[in-house]
Amino acid sequence: MLEFYSTPISSRLLLGTAQYPSPAILADAVRASGTAIVTVSLRRESGRDRAGQDFWALIKALGLRVLPNTAGCHSVREAVTTAHMAREVFGTPWIKLEVIGEQDTLQPDMFGLVEAARILSNDGFEVFPYMTEDLVVAERLVEAGCKVLMPWGAPIGSGRGLNNAYGLKTLRAHFPDIPLVIDAGIGLPSHAAEAMELGYDAVLLNTGVAKAGDPVMMAQAFAKAVEAGRLAYEADPIEARDMAAPSTPLMGKAFV
Amino acid sequence: MRITIIGAGVAGLTCAIAFSERGFDVTVVARSERIGADSCSWYAGGMLAPWCEGESAEEPVVRLGQQALDWWESHVDCVEREGTLVLSHTRDASELMRFSRRSSAYETVDAGRIEALEPDLAGRFRQGLFFPGEGHLDPRKALEQLAETLRRRGVRLQLGTDMDKAAIQSDFTVDCRGRAAKDALTDLRGVKGEMIIIRSNEVNLSRPVRLLHPRIPLYVVPRGDGVYMVGATMIESDAGRRISVRSVLELLGAAFALDPAFGEAEILETGVDARPAFPDNLPRIRRRGQTLYVNGLYRHGFLLAPALARMAIEAVIDPTKTPELMDENYPERQSA
Repeated sequence: MLEFYSTPISSRLLLGTAQYPSPAILADAVRASGTAIVTVSLRRESGRDRAGQDFWALIKALGLRVLPNTAGCHSVREAVTTAHMAREVFGTPWIKLEVIGEQDTLQPDMFGLVEAARILSNDGFEVFPYMTEDLVVAERLVEAGCKVLMPWGAPIGSGRGLNNAYGLKTLRAHFPDIPLVIDAGIGLPSHAAEAMELGYDAVLLNTGVAKAGDPVMMAQAFAKAVEAGRLAYEADPIEARDMAAPSTPLMGKAFV
Repeated sequence: MRITIIGAGVAGLTCAIAFSERGFDVTVVARSERIGADSCSWYAGGMLAPWCEGESAEEPVVRLGQQALDWWESHVDCVEREGTLVLSHTRDASELMRFSRRSSAYETVDAGRIEALEPDLAGRFRQGLFFPGEGHLDPRKALEQLAETLRRRGVRLQLGTDMDKAAIQSDFTVDCRGRAAKDALTDLRGVKGEMIIIRSNEVNLSRPVRLLHPRIPLYVVPRGDGVYMVGATMIESDAGRRISVRSVLELLGAAFALDPAFGEAEILETGVDARPAFPDNLPRIRRRGQTLYVNGLYRHGFLLAPALARMAIEAVIDPTKTPELMDENYPERQSA
């Protein structure tokens, strides 16, 4: 069974909790998705005096495992502070680490990410780093103590799918034993299925469901796609080939 | 029948007018010292835009909101029927596509039509949506005018009064306290909103303009005399008396992107408050004994208050009736 930091994970679909039309629709979508883990952003929702409590209470009431994130943090210090606050609020050592490096693409700052991951891992956190598909950075993050990696498919909220399938394939091949989760850029269920077919352990998305016309229906669609993709991966798909290969044997056919 | 209405925000004052018009003997009690103080309606955009709201709100908001324009026009003199213009920059064209799929009652407009509607935006936008049936009002003038009308009608307005000390005899209480009613309505939460009021002597817009953006959607509502309300953030928090630096940057940055001439505008005021909302962001009427709660108007205070006032009257006149948005035990049902 899939495990994140020795915790068994029952669903390979992780959902974000932002941007839904209402908390009630968020709750329905989460239930329809069958997800076991939801991510929550603390930064914008909290304010200095931690007044996001009503919303956090709604999240806690879902009864799922919460993966707090440091969305919107632009520096190591901000991310580390937010992680500490998250640990206090949600009582979990898990933290999805985002250190944003560029405003337009919301691309992660890999240098800050590795540094923050090291600081937090040494402090007992179980870090889920949001990264690009860069192999060397992945190595550094593992050295820093990360036991799960979360490469992007495409920039956050862009819905572009897997921008660099080759790079993601390489990453998977390079880290056969570390849980890899595609985080960000997934717009359609087919993107999620593709990630799973590549052998990724799970996908995490938010906008693709939250901003769909019917978030609850889209959550179901993603649940099915993730399951289909995983089954396909386990079933060992055929290789693509250049020429046709008849699926009906010619032998035994009558000569006309 | 004697009715006491608690709260002097848009829900309370609208209910007071509606009950008074139906011949009830109305008293309004509010803790705030003056109209608008401690009331999130004071910071509202005042857009009467049911079809635009359909982009993110559920069907009842679109349907019930359509009653609002006529109601407000017949009760205050600060309503404009100029429609709403929805725009996006070319790089965010997909946001416009999405908005158009989720809303209705609009026409697609090109650069020429945008220029005809808002000459100051000429040449800056190639496509947009125009919602001709929508309108807007000045929320502060509207609240003050409602209070004035109530006084003229002989309705007692007891501002600066705590309900416990008011000792009013009444047959029915209509509780419109907004977030303060969380003591009784436990599933109520605050959704923080921040706004900025600016004055420009260069920019002339005659209708609310919404600028779509994947992260920072913005609206600018004209208040007359070059004054504009720029809003509004939506943050899951009931915190804060002051606007954050980030929100100022985002709101004013988006206004600047709409029209760089806003760069020379002066900032008159920043405002922060939290809107009362239930988990589905739809308003509710709840009856508990001889008290009726009208709450959870979220970002649709001016849009939905007239429809809720009508339902509140229905519920008081005939206790066997259950108006559309009446919901006795939402939290209990959720946990069942």
